[in-house]
Amino acid sequence: MNKTIPFLFLICAVLALLVGSTFGALASFQYIFPEFLKELIPFNKIRPLHVSSVIGWVVLAATGGIYYYLTETLKLSIFSKKLMVVHFTVFMLVALAIYISYFTGKMGGREYMEFLPILTLPILFGWFLFGINYFKTVVKKITNWPVYLWMWGTGIIFMMYHLSEAHFWFIPYFRENFIRDISVQWKSYGSFVGSWNMLVYGTSIFVMAKIKHDDNIGRGKKAFFFYFLGLANLMFGWAHHTYIIPTQPWIRYVAYAISMTEWVVLYSIIIDWKRSLSKQSVERNHFSYRFLLATDFWVLINLFMALLISIPYLNFFTHGTHITVAHSMGTTVGINTTILLSSLFFILNQHQSKLINKTVKSINVGYWLFNVSLFIFLTTLMLAGAKRSSWMYNEMSATPFSSFHESLFPIITTFIIAGLGILVGLLLVCLPLLKGFIVEVCPPNPPEGRA
Amino acid sequence: MVCFIFLQSIKIIFLSKTKQNKLIIITLVTTFVMYNYFVYTQTSIEPTPKLSELAIKGQQLYQENNCTACHQIYGLGGYLGPDLTNIISNPIKGSEYVKAFLNSGVKSMPKFNFSEGEKEAFVQFLAEVDKTGYYPNYKAEMQPDGWVKLMYKTNE
Ligand code: HEC
Repeated sequence: MNKTIPFLFLICAVLALLVGSTFGALASFQYIFPEFLKELIPFNKIRPLHVSSVIGWVVLAATGGIYYYLTETLKLSIFSKKLMVVHFTVFMLVALAIYISYFTGKMGGREYMEFLPILTLPILFGWFLFGINYFKTVVKKITNWPVYLWMWGTGIIFMMYHLSEAHFWFIPYFRENFIRDISVQWKSYGSFVGSWNMLVYGTSIFVMAKIKHDDNIGRGKKAFFFYFLGLANLMFGWAHHTYIIPTQPWIRYVAYAISMTEWVVLYSIIIDWKRSLSKQSVERNHFSYRFLLATDFWVLINLFMALLISIPYLNFFTHGTHITVAHSMGTTVGINTTILLSSLFFILNQHQSKLINKTVKSINVGYWLFNVSLFIFLTTLMLAGAKRSSWMYNEMSATPFSSFHESLFPIITTFIIAGLGILVGLLLVCLPLLKGFIVEVCPPNPPEGRA
Repeated sequence: MVCFIFLQSIKIIFLSKTKQNKLIIITLVTTFVMYNYFVYTQTSIEPTPKLSELAIKGQQLYQENNCTACHQIYGLGGYLGPDLTNIISNPIKGSEYVKAFLNSGVKSMPKFNFSEGEKEAFVQFLAEVDKTGYYPNYKAEMQPDGWVKLMYKTNE
């Protein structure tokens, strides 16, 4: 029972990732074939289907992992199993309602949360239950909290706050002033992503500490420095999304100053960890380790990019172009997804290492296909962004949008092929995971049949 | 729920092991509260015109049909269609042009079926957005330290 709900979270997470990536691939086709699926699922429905599904992946995978680690790895007894079941049920019902909302076109929310806004209430309720269960389980049970417990707790609290803040537009005071409204909207998104990063990075530190059997990773001064820097970024670092909106300059000054320093620290932590890892524990956690190595690489690439585009002068030209998408997909796919896949392999390895060993080859192919395709994918987005910027600032008055759009076709075609590569790579990696977790939840034979 | 968030935050602060951590957290949280207050009250350059009721209706329609999936305002949104921030004041486009597009079903744009009243609401929304500023901000000034001084519309 203890493991069932965490595993159900993880199964749904993997399904959300696969479904979400498939919607993404279908959506990308509409860039070159505007009539493709236009009647059935037009782009204004398929884009939110893609985005909400992959956000679902991040949230469910992090949540399932945290429940598992608390109860199975840290051996804490959960405050209430019932709350955990209700939490899972609420999230599943909401997910269903969100899909119905998109398919029927009954939307009304803002970008990234386009579903009927009323559905935010049960989502908040789910986080609230998670919060109660989390804090009641860990507070006073563990003294001298390692940093990952801090990060998970912070993530849950700020998630609730910023999810609410993303709906301040219901309050006339915000809505009537367009500049205030749109700024607060984007403030909430930046911090919302910061909140789930707390959950995900906390997970990465946890997995590193466990692979290495060294709890000091989560306790050192450096880890806490990183945590506080991340928290400061979560709180104040959002405004690089809105440099271009005519707000008061001070908001943009603060964002410029805070910038995106958090990557540096994460990077240095991972490097330290890798340096001192013994060979044995690496082999036992092969894919878990490999995905963290991929994280390493993507952190470096994204760090470089993020630092560049948070300089206002460069941001001026990259804002409103595909370079922004390269940044957001680079971090969600390159960093968040590799960390969470690492976490899932770490968990499954505790129960089904044989199954993983049997599929090493195909996972390996998937791993490389995923990473190489992602590299091409991000490169094409950067190129498309550069072209769009050049069009916006040099030729917009002379070249109509449709001709500009058509000039992107060769780049977009490469982008679509790379996207399909990511999808196939993910399938190869995820199917064994999915199978393993399903076998765990409903074993084919009575439990003694499992060697 | 607000109470819960508040109580847990207090608990976290007291849980922290060292004085130093406690101090950092208290500083961060206090700054955050003050910062939020300023962001919520002092973001916009005054006077930013208040959105009219009709414009808010237009904005609502914009959300219900998820125009954001393909269009941007201030560069924020999807990239399948063009940015709409200054379409109304664009001398070769303007409100009649916008109305003509709405039910056209051109390219990937879905074939909508808006009434005349709804079209008016869209135009009103876009017209009032247009008054808040420029995008792209062609007259922005680049400064040697990497800063960009935006050109504002409201205090021209
Ligand atoms: C599936 C994507 C999509 C959706 C959703 C969509 N549009 Fe469009 N729209 C386009 C494309 C593509 C064009 C450009 C067509 C062209 O110029 O060839 C366009 C053009 C326009 C134009 C003319 C812009 C210009 O500068 O020429 C306006 C105005 C417009 N759309 C408004 C809307 C509104 C309002 C909504 C929501 C009710 C909406 N669109 C939803 C794709 C979309």
